[in-house]
Amino acid sequence: MEILVCVKRVPMVGGRVVVTADGQEVDTRMSGFTVSPHEECAVEEAVQLVERAGGSVTVLTLGPPEAADQLRDMLALGAQHAVLLETDGREWGPIATAAAIAGLVTRRAASDEPPYDLLLFGNEAADTGDYQVGIRVAHALGLPAASGIKRLTLTGDGTGVQAGREYRGTQETYDLILPAVVSVKEGINLPRYPSLPGRLRAKRAKIEVFHPDWQPEGLRKTGLRLPQETSGRAQVLGHGVDAVPALVALLDELGVLS
Amino acid sequence: MTVLCLVERDGDGAADASLRALSLARELATSAGGDVAAVFFADPRTSGDNGSPASVPARELAALGVAEAYVVTAGSGYAPAAWARGLAELAVTRAAAAVVAAATDRGSEVLAHLGAITGQPVAAGCTSARWVAPGYCELVRQRWAGSLLEDAALEATLALVTVAADAVPVQLAEGAAAADVKVQEFQPEIADADLRVHAVESAERSTGISLATARVVVGGGRGVGGPEGFEVLEELAGLLGGTLGVSRVVTSQGWRPHRQQVGQTGTRISPELYLACGISGAIQHMAGCLSAKHIVAVNTDPDAPIIAHADYAVIGDLSHVIPALVAAIRERAGAA
Repeated sequence: MEILVCVKRVPMVGGRVVVTADGQEVDTRMSGFTVSPHEECAVEEAVQLVERAGGSVTVLTLGPPEAADQLRDMLALGAQHAVLLETDGREWGPIATAAAIAGLVTRRAASDEPPYDLLLFGNEAADTGDYQVGIRVAHALGLPAASGIKRLTLTGDGTGVQAGREYRGTQETYDLILPAVVSVKEGINLPRYPSLPGRLRAKRAKIEVFHPDWQPEGLRKTGLRLPQETSGRAQVLGHGVDAVPALVALLDELGVLS
Repeated sequence: MTVLCLVERDGDGAADASLRALSLARELATSAGGDVAAVFFADPRTSGDNGSPASVPARELAALGVAEAYVVTAGSGYAPAAWARGLAELAVTRAAAAVVAAATDRGSEVLAHLGAITGQPVAAGCTSARWVAPGYCELVRQRWAGSLLEDAALEATLALVTVAADAVPVQLAEGAAAADVKVQEFQPEIADADLRVHAVESAERSTGISLATARVVVGGGRGVGGPEGFEVLEELAGLLGGTLGVSRVVTSQGWRPHRQQVGQTGTRISPELYLACGISGAIQHMAGCLSAKHIVAVNTDPDAPIIAHADYAVIGDLSHVIPALVAAIRERAGAA
């Protein structure tokens, strides 16, 4: 089984987001980069599927040359191959990104290498939250797609997958015939930590690089800003157990003590 | 100028997130002197509704100033591509200028399919939108699940917008609400290919207090120290009629299951009280509790980011504070 997993390089943000002086980007000088959490789970899911069914996992990203770092992180988790769709620093929207990924999948299908059976995505990127690249790729390639997935199993004969998610307290299941596109959410598994041999292998691995064509899109960012802070600082009720009477009084005032 | 708005059902009514999406749809329509038509889908498997016009919650729509609704039959249940195809056809029939949906699993997914079918961009997670010229919208949308805002321009013949529901209030119509809601049925042509991916729902529903709707959430983070430390937090949650929520580090350590995770990649909560214990307050966590009415933090570090987001704080070790709080609440209940 050949699986392609698409990941996105995003800033690693912790306690607060800092915007650059021109109001156009997240300031990453002090932070560094990572991949979105949903996508890390997509890679783990792919590695587990291949461990059971055989085949290989290719991890793909679209981004600047430095995004190779994120590909190596994912190779260290157990992916075998990596593809970088290298960009020139311009911002790529979901339509152009999906077209570039679909182009790569089509090129692979026309090559001597085995075609991809399953395309995995994180449900939405941590930064832009666009929730659409996987679905656009599915339409471009004429493949079935399921999203928001938290359970994924290969059917007994290996020709399809069952994908599940929760909707308003019930479990929904989708049956997809392969090849298919599945967008997963964190919680589908618990990603492993990279092993030392995995890291060494990732360091040496070859990354295939392509240069897809950028295209303008109808949705354009004009600026970034922080939301207005609603509160300044918490009112300190006290320190340690001495604060308990004040805390009980507060809970009483909020009406949560029966 | 018509704005279509996909409405998900909740029992006999519209889902809260959809009421908020309708409010944003109305803001958008009003900016160009237009109107909103609410769009329901026949979904007998999820909602038990067969798509009859009588099933539309007319009073709820009227209160929001919506005077028109459609019930669309596209397959016999939830099939995302078929629902998108139905909206695409209805948009053509009505010469609609925009389609709006709540940024729920279904709303986001259906609009992504609609974007792919029509070749139009989708503006996801919006908190406001208005037309400044025909085919040209100015909008604000969330990044990092609301920790950052993006001002954006959307140039599209059909504006596709999903709504960050927990950041948009329900706006009741001013003055007299529409007297009647005109409901029409719509039967698009759906190809088999659009029906091949469809939901099969399990019969059983989950029981117990759901994290998303709990009135009180007691949260535990890295400061809890290990899996055994959650027992007393669960006891406290039980005493307060609430449930336990945890931060991402707790689930990635395997201390608690992911379904208890609060945050951008977990569950978004909106309780009356969120009592966050040993949680530093990374933006991904805070994005999940933006809608909490009151946040009380218990933390050893007075400079932890959560202190800046909380309304009240106790500076101290939760392993001392929480057992003492549980004892005090029990004593109070015993005395009463």
